[in-house]
Amino acid sequence: MPKVTIDNITIDVAPGTTILNAARMIGENVPPAMCYYSKLQGSGGKCRVCLVKVTKSSEQNPRGMPKLVASCCTQIADGMVVENVTSPEVIEARKGIVELLLINHPLDCPVCDQAGECHLQDLSYEHGAATTRYDFGRRTFDKIDIGPYIQLHMTRCILCYRCVYTADQLTNERRHGIINRGDAAEISTYIQNVIDNDFSGNVIDVCPVGALTDKTFRFKSRVWFTKPVNAHRNCDKCSGKVTLWFQGEEVLRVTGRKDKYGEVEEFICNTCRFETKQKSDWVIEGPRRIDTHSVIAQNHLPYELDVVHPQIEAAQ
Amino acid sequence: MSRLKILTEHIHKPEITGIEGYIKNGGYRAVEKALKKMQPDEVTEEVKKSGLRGRGGAGFPTGMKWSFIFKGSDKPRYLLCNADESEPGTFKDRLLMEKIPHLLVEGMIASSFALGVRTAYIYIRGEYMYILHILQQAIDEAYAKGYLGENILGTSYSLDLHVHPGGGAYICGEETALIESLEGKRGNPRIKPPFPAVEGLWGCPTIVNNVETICKVPFIINEGGEAYAKIGIGASTGTKLISACGNINKPGVYEIELGVPVEEFIYSDEYCGGIKGGKQLKALVPGGSSVPILPNRLITTTAKGEPRLMSYESLADGGFATGSMLGSGGFIVFDEDQCVVRNTWNFSRFYHHESCGQCSPCREGTGWMEKILHRLEHGHGRMEDIDLLWDVQRKIEGNTICPFGDASAWPVAAAIRHFRDEFEWHVLQPQEATRRNYGMGRSAEPIEQVTA
Ligand SMILES: Cc1cc2nc3c(=O)[nH]c(=O)nc-3n(C[C@H](O)[C@H](O)[C@H](O)COP(=O)(O)O)c2cc1C
Ligand code: SF4
Ligand code: SF4
Ligand code: FES
Repeated sequence: MPKVTIDNITIDVAPGTTILNAARMIGENVPPAMCYYSKLQGSGGKCRVCLVKVTKSSEQNPRGMPKLVASCCTQIADGMVVENVTSPEVIEARKGIVELLLINHPLDCPVCDQAGECHLQDLSYEHGAATTRYDFGRRTFDKIDIGPYIQLHMTRCILCYRCVYTADQLTNERRHGIINRGDAAEISTYIQNVIDNDFSGNVIDVCPVGALTDKTFRFKSRVWFTKPVNAHRNCDKCSGKVTLWFQGEEVLRVTGRKDKYGEVEEFICNTCRFETKQKSDWVIEGPRRIDTHSVIAQNHLPYELDVVHPQIEAAQ
Repeated sequence: MSRLKILTEHIHKPEITGIEGYIKNGGYRAVEKALKKMQPDEVTEEVKKSGLRGRGGAGFPTGMKWSFIFKGSDKPRYLLCNADESEPGTFKDRLLMEKIPHLLVEGMIASSFALGVRTAYIYIRGEYMYILHILQQAIDEAYAKGYLGENILGTSYSLDLHVHPGGGAYICGEETALIESLEGKRGNPRIKPPFPAVEGLWGCPTIVNNVETICKVPFIINEGGEAYAKIGIGASTGTKLISACGNINKPGVYEIELGVPVEEFIYSDEYCGGIKGGKQLKALVPGGSSVPILPNRLITTTAKGEPRLMSYESLADGGFATGSMLGSGGFIVFDEDQCVVRNTWNFSRFYHHESCGQCSPCREGTGWMEKILHRLEHGHGRMEDIDLLWDVQRKIEGNTICPFGDASAWPVAAAIRHFRDEFEWHVLQPQEATRRNYGMGRSAEPIEQVTA
């Protein structure tokens, strides 16, 4: 099996694996990913936050690659050497990209339902500067209701295309796409309000920011005040395996089960997500773990307790 | 002195647009020769020998590109002609297609034969709709004469050729965006690899070539690759169409032998005829809006003091520090009364407008650059803006999906690099800067010799 070294850690991976997935197998210093989504074919390559430096292309070709490459869509080769957090150039570029992602972002986290589980928020904490150098007007769009359950807040969108791939790949009729160009590009439905499909709610889960939100949860609570619990039920449309977000005894929200990269393990149907909100409808399995990178990690059980560094715990 | 013209020799004859006139002037001999006397690989071999390089901007060796076409599957192969010509300053393909459309048709047939292509497309920018009709007429004539369709000239080779208009997006000139657009999708560049030569149109092996590149093929077949390689200079073989514009006496499209000194090209009566009104030359964009702008002192001589020539190598001499690129041959000349800040703003406005918006650095960065440049040009700039602008372009360059990001960053970087004094003047004299232009500034000052 080909060997690849990322930030001085070497691992054997199957041919065809991307650098990002190899890093995920190593499990440390994993590049962030705002657009790649392993369950969505063709996703990735767009946000550029996963850029890494290849200092050696392969055993045969000891030269590195001239530019930083998107780790989510660059395949490894035997003997490849990659720098992620060990490369100041990568950190610098990533910081720049986070800055660019934020210039037109409304930064309305205080009123955004995604706050607390937003990848852009996490990234900004890690790489962003405390102030902005952008002093022009920000791009804004009107809010759009797409169907009874989903709200599109285009102003917050980072155009990762995940929801487009979701709509394309989970539903039969394509009604959701991107119109216009450049920084005027926007997510749009063919005719407003027509996404009605049993699996349309998954666009909310794949959205890394608060551009697509759950209308049944809108403004109900901040996510860090809710308690995530794994649960399941018998469902004839999907696996029925979900995460319930409780406040007291009340189920405020139902989502797919997100792994530590924020990807759902399985897509769930709209009935489970929007219409099954009685605690009695569900068989509770146990608490849900939360990625330690997340800004809401504090009150929640983290993933893989063994990799949590003691000093961080002490600081908290 | 009359110079060798490969593409434009007959271009001013009125009859050349029709197939009879074209044949009378030696047209379609290359198709006869290739299909009847040559093997497809022999055609590719001649193109390799010719040293022909892509005329769409990147200058990639055409024969080598052709040899990459994946032959290991039984999927159909496609040849796409890139006639999207949308780079500001570039208007050379238009001349060929408008005046001598059969040259392109002939080139497409011969090239398709070499590549084993059964169906080929010309993707033309939507604004050239009238030219689409000219091309369609030429194609119809070629079908009627048996140069297209089943069993061309009685051989076993068959080819269908279609023209397809774009919807008016510069980005659809990027080859993978062009493919997406041709497939009926949104014109977003694809992530490479896979490269089109392996997985292009409808997932099949595909070659994309510029109009001018394809139009060179008939000559190479007729006269041989070696004859072509003798023209030009070094690795810049053959002739190149240059669309010259700006403050010159004779704007227009010129076919030059590569290697002509830039000085001669600008000042001789055979070409641009000097700067209009006898003014001073301030700056030059030699290869379309995407390439770095050069200040006066680096135009006719390189930093090493050698004469600057119209060739891929000489124009790029000095790298980004003191050189530029031949690009697509959009030659834009600026006299002493032009404002570099305004021009850079204008270019950045174009890139902001044309970014496909797929990847974040380009989508967000192009707009930011435009806004900063607008502010500088209109007298509201601050000193920090210059460094900020530098920083923003640096964050785009090299970090994007397609070369558009670089193309939007390079002109800004070069303008700051060579004309910083003019930017600073816009900040220091905001009132004056809105009333008059800066003039030559330090553009003509000799370069400081830096020892490494
Ligand atoms: C943003 C962008 C725009 C482009 N526009 C054109 C164009 O209008 N015409 C063209 O021939 N090539 C254009 N190109 C270059 C093409 O991608 C491609 O390299 C070229 O068509 C290949 O043909 P050649 O090898 O014959 O030059 C563009 C590239 C980029 C990145
Ligand atoms: S709405 Fe969300 S998922 Fe869709 S493109 Fe925008 S950020 Fe991505
Ligand atoms: S660099 Fe610009 S034009 Fe190219 S894919 Fe990215 S956003 Fe689109
Ligand atoms: S995750 Fe790789 S580019 Fe977005």
